[in-house]
Amino acid sequence: MLAERRFRRRRVDPFAVLWASPALLWQGAFFLAPLGLLVWLSFWSLRNFRLIPDFTTANWDRILTRDFFWAAFQHTLVISAVTALVASLIAFPVAYFLAFRARAATRRLAIFMLITPFFTSYLVRIYAWTIILANEGALNLLGRALGFETANLLSTPTATVIGYLTLCLPLVVLIQLFALSNVDRDLVGAAHNLGCGPLRTVLTVVLPAARTGLVIAAAFAFILAFGDYVSPVFLGGSRPPTLSILIVDQTRSGNHWPRAAVVAVVMILTLIAVLFGALAAAYGRRKGAA
Amino acid sequence: MTDFRAYAALRNGVRRRTVLKGLGAAATAPLLSAAPGARAQDNTLNLLCWPGHNDPAVVGPFEEQYGVQVVAREYVGGDNMMALVTQSPPGTYDVILADAEYVVQLRDAGFIDPLDPADYPFDDFFPEFHKFPGHWLDDTLYSVMIRFGFLGVSYRTDVFTREEVDTYQALWDPKVTGRVGYFDWYLPSMGCLSLAGGNATPYDIDAAGFQRLKDTMDSVKPQTGGFFSMANTFASLTSGDAAIIPGVGDWITLLLSADGVPVDSWVPQEGGVQWTESMSIATGSPRPELARSFIQYMTSPEGQSRSARMPAYNASIPSRAGWVRLNEDDPQAAALLRHTFTDRNVMDEFADGKIHIRQTPLQQDVEDWTDVWADFKT
Repeated sequence: MLAERRFRRRRVDPFAVLWASPALLWQGAFFLAPLGLLVWLSFWSLRNFRLIPDFTTANWDRILTRDFFWAAFQHTLVISAVTALVASLIAFPVAYFLAFRARAATRRLAIFMLITPFFTSYLVRIYAWTIILANEGALNLLGRALGFETANLLSTPTATVIGYLTLCLPLVVLIQLFALSNVDRDLVGAAHNLGCGPLRTVLTVVLPAARTGLVIAAAFAFILAFGDYVSPVFLGGSRPPTLSILIVDQTRSGNHWPRAAVVAVVMILTLIAVLFGALAAAYGRRKGAA
Repeated sequence: MTDFRAYAALRNGVRRRTVLKGLGAAATAPLLSAAPGARAQDNTLNLLCWPGHNDPAVVGPFEEQYGVQVVAREYVGGDNMMALVTQSPPGTYDVILADAEYVVQLRDAGFIDPLDPADYPFDDFFPEFHKFPGHWLDDTLYSVMIRFGFLGVSYRTDVFTREEVDTYQALWDPKVTGRVGYFDWYLPSMGCLSLAGGNATPYDIDAAGFQRLKDTMDSVKPQTGGFFSMANTFASLTSGDAAIIPGVGDWITLLLSADGVPVDSWVPQEGGVQWTESMSIATGSPRPELARSFIQYMTSPEGQSRSARMPAYNASIPSRAGWVRLNEDDPQAAALLRHTFTDRNVMDEFADGKIHIRQTPLQQDVEDWTDVWADFKT
């Protein structure tokens, strides 16, 4: 029995391998190999601005014992989580309306509109936000005209989150929309027939049925925000710095690629952990499910 | 001549270890000696510089006279410049524009050649710049000054008066809480904060002076508005998001004030920092004669006059003959740059004795300063 199972496990379909090989080669050449190089680089040393292949843990010791690293780590983690949460909450009513209430033509138009922001460079969109959020920007001018007290929005974490949302909100809406579109309408109808109110139907039928897509959408928002450099620099004023800013700082001040590699490896490990958590939440067995 | 030794491995058969070593070398080569876009071509002069130095408004006459194109690889900050030089094979650059404090590091690493002082018009220079310390090392000339400027504070004139910014205490003024900006480079910013904290020599400080600098930074931290890239430093002063920025100067505000933005720069009584830009011939340059001619052009009255008015950012020039030419070419710009001979000018400010040459830290490691800067930003 055991031998048979082993035999089965070793059987490889050459046709499947042939089709999968370009993707595997691509991943190997452009993800695994650079990742290996990055890890190796984190153990190199630096002398007079020159990188020396080495095996020293000094870079890890230096970075992991600095308060500014852990402050940046905590800030990046929190602000990315907030972005994922806010994006999900804003996106859900829109996606719900488009999936369940809107006509097919409206839905198609909305999908088109959600894709169009990607026609413009993200950097340009962020620069546009600086004009809106600046002290003398459009938002404050409007606020002043309406008699509100103005606030300094640029160079704040709020501005950074606005930038992150610019990047990920259309994507989150689209993923949620596709997830909600796949929810079995009979289940929703059955809930209504059994006397379930609209809110309860959403909470107990729609959300569990679309769980995978909703979690994946939030995970995308988190991943995009976690690694973004543009928004925290141009809207957040690098204050406080995120991990991506820390990477640039390490290379710009002293050419310290090995320390930048340490920060990058920590970021990748964090993202892998978050992704595993998200997948577990998306595909894990529900409490009480058979 | 082709080196046929490379083919020997093929003839002898390639082993797995050889392949792995080759792949490893190929993967790491960009980090150890990355060659940027600029490569040797007969009709180009490759220049490593701060942004804007190959603007046709500056180098146009040189390009026309020699039939070449000045191709620039731009950097922001001396450490960034050193990183680019170390990652490039010899021959990538013909001329390197560096701040004075990095000339010694370029020399020590063997990236620049000694220069013959007789090739350059030092007699045209103001006496203060005939033998500038950072450019002469062991009594040998390695770099020739092209431009300089003073760093103190740049401020919005609708927020502060000149009298108010005559002391760095303006940074602590409650009316600019959340509006004190910084150009995101530790060296000039921490130099001015060192002066603000009472260190008479901002970069040559002992442990007590370094602690004083850290205490000053902790104290002013709640006032911080943001840390800006070069472009955003201009933008933040223009929009008013930053009301005052220490560690910058005329190079930021001259262009903005010419455009009508209410900004100005001043060196407070505690002192300021001098930045310089100088040119050296890169070791291994395939065109050292052309490189020498380019530096000669940049130090000539015409080159100096044009360089002072460089569109990316204006600056002071060390050549007295350049000042004369500038007053003929563009009297308005000369007045704006305080390069006139009738009124109080930048050389008078230099003579006041409150300007300190920008240096890398003398008693601490650069890493210790950058760590403090990283903490300050957090």
